[in-house]
Amino acid sequence: MHTEAAAAPSRLAHHFPDMKTQEHAARMGMWLFLSTEILLFAVLFTAYALYRFLFPVGFEEASRLAHVAMGATNTVVLITSSLTVALAIHYARQGENRKVVGLLAVTILFGVTFMVLKGFEYHHHWVDGQLPGRFYSYSGLQGPGVSMYFALYFLMTGLHGLHVLIGMGLLGWVAWRATRNEFGPGYSTPVELSGLYWHLVDLIWIFLFPLLYLL
Amino acid sequence: MSPSPASSPAYQTPNYLNAVKGVGSWLTTLDHKRIGVMYLVLTVLSFFLGGVFALLLRIELVTPGPTIMDAMTYNRMFTLHGVIMIFLFMIPAIPGIFGNFFIPLMIGAQDVAFPRINLLSVYLYLAGAAIAVWGMIQGGTDTGWTFYTPYSTTTVTTVAPVLLGAFILGMGSIVTGLNFIVTVHTMRAPGVTWMRLPLFVWAMYATSVIQVLATPVLGMTLLLVAFERVFGFGIFDPARGGDPILFQHLFWFYSHPAVYIMILPAMGVVSEVVQTFSRKNMFGYKAVAFSSLGIAFVGFFVWGHHLFTSGQSTFASGVFGVLSMFVGLFTAIKVFNWTATMYQGAIQVSAPFVYFMGFLYFLVFGGLTGIALSTVSLDVHWQDTYFVVAHFHFIMVGGTIMAFLAGLHYWWPKMFGRMYSERWALAAAVLVIVGFNATFIPQFLLGNMGMPRRYYSYPEQFWPLNVASTAGASLLGLGFTIVLVYLVVSLVKGRVSGPNPWNSRGYEWNTPSPPEAQNFPETPVHDRGPHEYQDGPAAEVKHAH
Amino acid sequence: MNLVNEFLRKLLFLPLQASEWARQLDYLHYYVFITAMLGAWVTLATAVVFMIRFRRKHAEQSTPIVDPKPIHEAVFIGLPLVLFLSYFAIGYPQYVRLQTPPKGAIDVYVQGKKWMWKFAYPGGPNSTDVLRVPAGRPVRLLLTSRDVIHSFFVPALRMKQDALPGRYTQIWFNADLPGRYPIFCAEYCGLGHSSMLGELVVMPPAEWDEWMERERRSNQPQAQDGQPVEAEQVDLRGSLVDQGRRIAAVQGCFKCHTVDGTQHIGPTWLDLYGRTVKLENGKTLVADEAYLTRSMMEPNAEVVAGYKPVMPTYQGKLAAPDAAAITEFIKSLRTDAPTAEPQKGPIYVPVTGK
Repeated sequence: MHTEAAAAPSRLAHHFPDMKTQEHAARMGMWLFLSTEILLFAVLFTAYALYRFLFPVGFEEASRLAHVAMGATNTVVLITSSLTVALAIHYARQGENRKVVGLLAVTILFGVTFMVLKGFEYHHHWVDGQLPGRFYSYSGLQGPGVSMYFALYFLMTGLHGLHVLIGMGLLGWVAWRATRNEFGPGYSTPVELSGLYWHLVDLIWIFLFPLLYLL
Repeated sequence: MSPSPASSPAYQTPNYLNAVKGVGSWLTTLDHKRIGVMYLVLTVLSFFLGGVFALLLRIELVTPGPTIMDAMTYNRMFTLHGVIMIFLFMIPAIPGIFGNFFIPLMIGAQDVAFPRINLLSVYLYLAGAAIAVWGMIQGGTDTGWTFYTPYSTTTVTTVAPVLLGAFILGMGSIVTGLNFIVTVHTMRAPGVTWMRLPLFVWAMYATSVIQVLATPVLGMTLLLVAFERVFGFGIFDPARGGDPILFQHLFWFYSHPAVYIMILPAMGVVSEVVQTFSRKNMFGYKAVAFSSLGIAFVGFFVWGHHLFTSGQSTFASGVFGVLSMFVGLFTAIKVFNWTATMYQGAIQVSAPFVYFMGFLYFLVFGGLTGIALSTVSLDVHWQDTYFVVAHFHFIMVGGTIMAFLAGLHYWWPKMFGRMYSERWALAAAVLVIVGFNATFIPQFLLGNMGMPRRYYSYPEQFWPLNVASTAGASLLGLGFTIVLVYLVVSLVKGRVSGPNPWNSRGYEWNTPSPPEAQNFPETPVHDRGPHEYQDGPAAEVKHAH
Repeated sequence: MNLVNEFLRKLLFLPLQASEWARQLDYLHYYVFITAMLGAWVTLATAVVFMIRFRRKHAEQSTPIVDPKPIHEAVFIGLPLVLFLSYFAIGYPQYVRLQTPPKGAIDVYVQGKKWMWKFAYPGGPNSTDVLRVPAGRPVRLLLTSRDVIHSFFVPALRMKQDALPGRYTQIWFNADLPGRYPIFCAEYCGLGHSSMLGELVVMPPAEWDEWMERERRSNQPQAQDGQPVEAEQVDLRGSLVDQGRRIAAVQGCFKCHTVDGTQHIGPTWLDLYGRTVKLENGKTLVADEAYLTRSMMEPNAEVVAGYKPVMPTYQGKLAAPDAAAITEFIKSLRTDAPTAEPQKGPIYVPVTGK
């Protein structure tokens, strides 16, 4: 089970003086990367704020067309998945790689659930013609700002969905490494950093959900 | 420019260039020094490509009417010139070449923190450049490098590939910046405290902060324009309730700080050059170091000075105007401290120093015209005229390229172990500085006369000054070509430089020239700051005046 | 003063100054130019003196550490700060003045379009590329664009303002030197950008009044509210909308179109602007200015699904400014007009009550 004694020396890259420095660097790099992700979304949040201000009525009416039940379920799903990832990190530090694999598998399953539900939502909007910009053809609600809401809805949830997929890929890769018993008290950085990424994905959704579904 | 003189004496010592051989060893290298050299080749190639377009543009403007191309070609060409110069040269050049090569050497590290990501940034550069240039050749974008909506969303030319290319180039820029920040934080050798960090590293650190925090905004904004073009989402389309001014805000939120991505590294380079060639430690080290951070910080809050005539509120214009002046203030501090560094120095007037003096001159005038432009009312006349064109070329070409050339000549022996011909270098430096003045001083006057930028044809009163500008541009082109030729020649025929031809006490010179593949056989320990040219251990501290 | 002004103006290649504001701006320009040149050359001369004076004597020459006292850095910061702030202190109020039209300015409606300038006087004539204004009277320009961003630039007035599609911006001037001055488009707008030239004709006031009267009589016999606007502050956009409503009534548009959302022979105008409409032939398009205008001129080319092609053409019956006025009127008909407006809302009411 515990392989860190053999693993630790080989994991040190040639250009770092010691493992501590290397992990510090990796963690710092990840945090910086997450800040760029937040700024990427910040553009969309800015656009949302501006157009919400310009078209308060259109946005309010259009957000009623969002499927709150599915959105709420997805929120619960993602928050729970953050918990399972946190547990996986905990067990990775203990070197209990089998639990890590199990927990990550559950997390990925949550991710799949999220994407499937999202897919149903997209399908409903598609069928009803509640689409961005010039594709908007829903006769039940017309007026300025409505198609803008759907442009932002699809851009924001689409970009977020892409991040969910990337996060699932990352967690899958880490889970695969856990099946090879790679993690332990001396080395668990990949699990931690992928977990951080997953938490960010979760966090962004926690902002998206009220903005797009509830307000 | 790929160096291959394996038989010559300089390269008989083992070094990073001859440690491993073959094209494959370059394409898969993780060595920050080789990556720096690859950036050198790529960015210089881009620079000459962009320069050829600049010359063609100037030739077109020799007569008031059509000269050698039609309006559509002209519009595509200035877009090409702008995109290539900014995204393929200005932004990646100094960080990619000197940042990669010297940050680890200066802080006593064996490499940057993430060597694989570093190599990835080169490939992102290649991919972005390929997509952008392919798109421009295919459809020929005619939007200008600013991609203003709704022009960019409605024009009939191909825009999306260029947007995508710029997005990918932005990703390369982000990972480079991220890499440098982590490297500086975690990999300094013992003794290299923050207050002993070479000023080039300080400047690169400030630059990296901007790259990491601003570039994602540009990336997303360009993607939105692409979405708008391809799918008609209407985010910036007034016909669908969109706001074209939102684009300008988002665009300049990146692109103004991006100007500091281009000039801050240049300021770092000249800080090193002026210390070495004056044999003096920096006068006001902290002021110069922290003013870099100051520019990086304030740079995020000045973007609105591009929108003084767009109908933005007068209050916003006032705030952005006055904040812009603080950038000038931080720059002024640097200029004064560089000048004061020369005081009681031991100055060697060599090519890099001549470029430093040129840099000082262009930065002072480019900077002061910038201050004049942020004097809100004057901008109403100058906005979108040749005055603005001349202003940013003074900073970008006059400032950044002078510093780039200063750094290239200063570090050439460090990178390749060879000396270039000093006589040719001095001649080219003078030619470049004279040619540059002749190109852009007429453009300031054209701006005063009211000639708008991006004009394919123009009324006759603008004719004489345009001819003068084109004449200057040809001198400039000649100067740059001479530099390229003697530098390439020096790779083969240049005198072997020895490890430290300038007797510099910068940290990076503590290694052989060219350095070995592994930077330091053992981790260096520093007990004094860089550029301390006092003999004896306890130098007295004298105060100026 | 005049001689100095002329000398510096020519030295800096500045065009004639056709307004008091331009003159004031040039004075600031001279001040900035002279002080900046002085500061720059003192700094650079110091650098050159140091370069000559402190030449290296031998390769390993040692130098003292010279560190700044706080006072040095304070001077380095303080001097430029005072200078820069003095620029701003003069420049910013000038800018505010330019953005604040005086009461009783003559309004001209400016529309940029690839690649021409259209000028319309409320209730008066309209023209292309030639803007006639009386000397010595304030004129306010209300700018918009039909397609992409343009920028209205008159070097002689030292004045420039972007014309944006979908919204209105404003600027004003008081030209006092009769003459003809070029108008440029300063914002890149495509192929014809550099040939999007216009001409500002500043006429002696009496001549202008006469010209205006003549134009009004020949072009706009029905114009009722065309009295010079000195007396009351007319909101141009409001007046255009009102004009549009009146013209629509006269032309009989309301026989088929409603303005309150009720279905009738033709589609309602309420919320029509910007709506995505489905056509008879299955295509969809957005009802923008271009479509609305086309529908007046060639009504049966693009008929909205569910309606009969019964509308007569107004080609030749409706002058361009009238069509624009009706379009403006349609654009004003929005259910959430009060809240949807801020994006478009130009602040037409002068901020100062001079």
